[in-house]
Amino acid sequence: MRYLPNTEQEIAAMLEVIGASSQDDLFATIPSECRRKNPMKLPPAMTEWELNQHMDKLADQVSGTHHNNVFVGAGSYHHHVPASVSYLLGRSEFSTAYTPYQPEISQGTLQAIYEYQSLVTRLLGMDVANASMYDGASGLAEALLMAIRVSRRNKVAVSKAIHPNYRQVVNTYFKPTGYEIIELPYRPDGRSDLAALSDITDLAAIAVQSPNFFGCIEDLESVALKAHEDSKTLMVACFTEPLAYGLLKNPGSLGADIACGEGQSFGIPQSFGGPGLGMFAAKKAYVRSMPGRLVGRTVDRDGKGGFVLTLATREQHIRRDKATSNICSNQGLCATAAAMYMASLGGTGLRGLATLNYDKSAYLKKRMIQAGLRLPFEAPTFNEFVVKLPAEFEQKYQQLLKKKIVAGLPLAPYYPELAGCHLFCVTETFSKQDMDTLVEEVAA
Amino acid sequence: MKEITQLNLPEDVLYADDHEWVRKDDGTVKIGISDYAQDQLGDIVYVELPQVGDKFDQKEAFGSLESVKAVSELFMPVGGEVVAVNAGLEAAPELVNTAPYTDGWMVEIKPKDPAELESLMSKDAYVEMLKGL
Repeated sequence: MRYLPNTEQEIAAMLEVIGASSQDDLFATIPSECRRKNPMKLPPAMTEWELNQHMDKLADQVSGTHHNNVFVGAGSYHHHVPASVSYLLGRSEFSTAYTPYQPEISQGTLQAIYEYQSLVTRLLGMDVANASMYDGASGLAEALLMAIRVSRRNKVAVSKAIHPNYRQVVNTYFKPTGYEIIELPYRPDGRSDLAALSDITDLAAIAVQSPNFFGCIEDLESVALKAHEDSKTLMVACFTEPLAYGLLKNPGSLGADIACGEGQSFGIPQSFGGPGLGMFAAKKAYVRSMPGRLVGRTVDRDGKGGFVLTLATREQHIRRDKATSNICSNQGLCATAAAMYMASLGGTGLRGLATLNYDKSAYLKKRMIQAGLRLPFEAPTFNEFVVKLPAEFEQKYQQLLKKKIVAGLPLAPYYPELAGCHLFCVTETFSKQDMDTLVEEVAA
Repeated sequence: MKEITQLNLPEDVLYADDHEWVRKDDGTVKIGISDYAQDQLGDIVYVELPQVGDKFDQKEAFGSLESVKAVSELFMPVGGEVVAVNAGLEAAPELVNTAPYTDGWMVEIKPKDPAELESLMSKDAYVEMLKGL
């Protein structure tokens, strides 16, 4: 996208066509009390190199992944973005396309979304995926509302090992509805405790995240079996790290009815926390209760292939207050990036990369244990895990920040009972030396 | 779209102002939508129906019809309990278009209050209503 200012001559030419004598004349219909009287207080213009220096200085105030070893994931992961994805995504056909409001004329946009949907269903082992939600958190909230629509019940069970921010978003969505949220505790091994469900009936859904916020891989199959003891209860499998499904059994094959989560790991930069990508997939039986939009493939009257927005009749702009969701758009560019990323890696590449993440993380885990640190949770993990640090670690954490190392995410603000525990993440972008240095510093 | 004179409006059913029809059976009634309604909606691609045992009041929404253009609610012409649903519509929703009064029926209910049937229209009254639309 280009942002070129108009020249005086161009402005004059446009005003002449419109028939306005000046810019003030053009904007005359805007009441004067709505208009700024004084010029904006802006610093003098910088040269391009001055601006770059200014931005670098601002960037240095935070521990970004460019110049620091940030051993933090917790919902936003530092993965390498292949140059092919950045290049293709920067093409103006993709980067300037707005959400298709006259969809069928935008065949290229629809095909990109269709490919994204197909790849998401394969990754997650589900029948249908939508064109995407805003992010993982809104995806989970929408999944729970969908389960309530499908089951015609008003109570959901949500694991405490789901990302705390996601649960906060769910609470916000649910606040005006009167629907009930039951919190499932986690077991000493770091996985969700299903025993708490034994006395609870009439659930619309049981939701867990895998790998969960502590990095632990949940036993999705057991959760699905527990949910399906009641024919109306849906199993919702949430995730923040979809790369895990390059290696682990996918939610669909383990019995999930809805799989949803964050797709940032797939070719989308961390960008200070957003934008993200809400991946959302379900069993085909529930397709008409799915939120958001869906691109379908069909043939025209001459038998030629093409793409359409299908089931749009259930979207907000047509169905108003009866719509399946109040979201009437999708994360078009981020979804396209994820499709390009998955296609670039392919099934084998995704598996290889997932294995690399698992292996590197296992290495750091082993080194931490050898250094005498305790890992409070025993459940298997993917590329994140929790470490209990010594009482005096807080001071060292600050010192390490100066050495450009971010030693995990302190869990106390989210789980007071886990004070002194940090959540560590290792992706393919860390070297053996990065990890060795971390362990030496932490154990010193 | 059909002219009013072209509509198939049988005399053995009663009509509701939301364009559903009701046919009395032995203690139960069958419910569907009129030829006018199916013609207005266009090609029906999906029929969402309630479950047997669900109870509805008169005028309450009991399901929805999805055409290529829109999703429309279905309203109960009389209140009661659902005793049967037309499972054939799942595979062949177009029956609502091709045979609205026979194979395209939607639900069979046991009316809660048969007096509610008296609020419905005969064919002639329904035609008068359509002329006013």
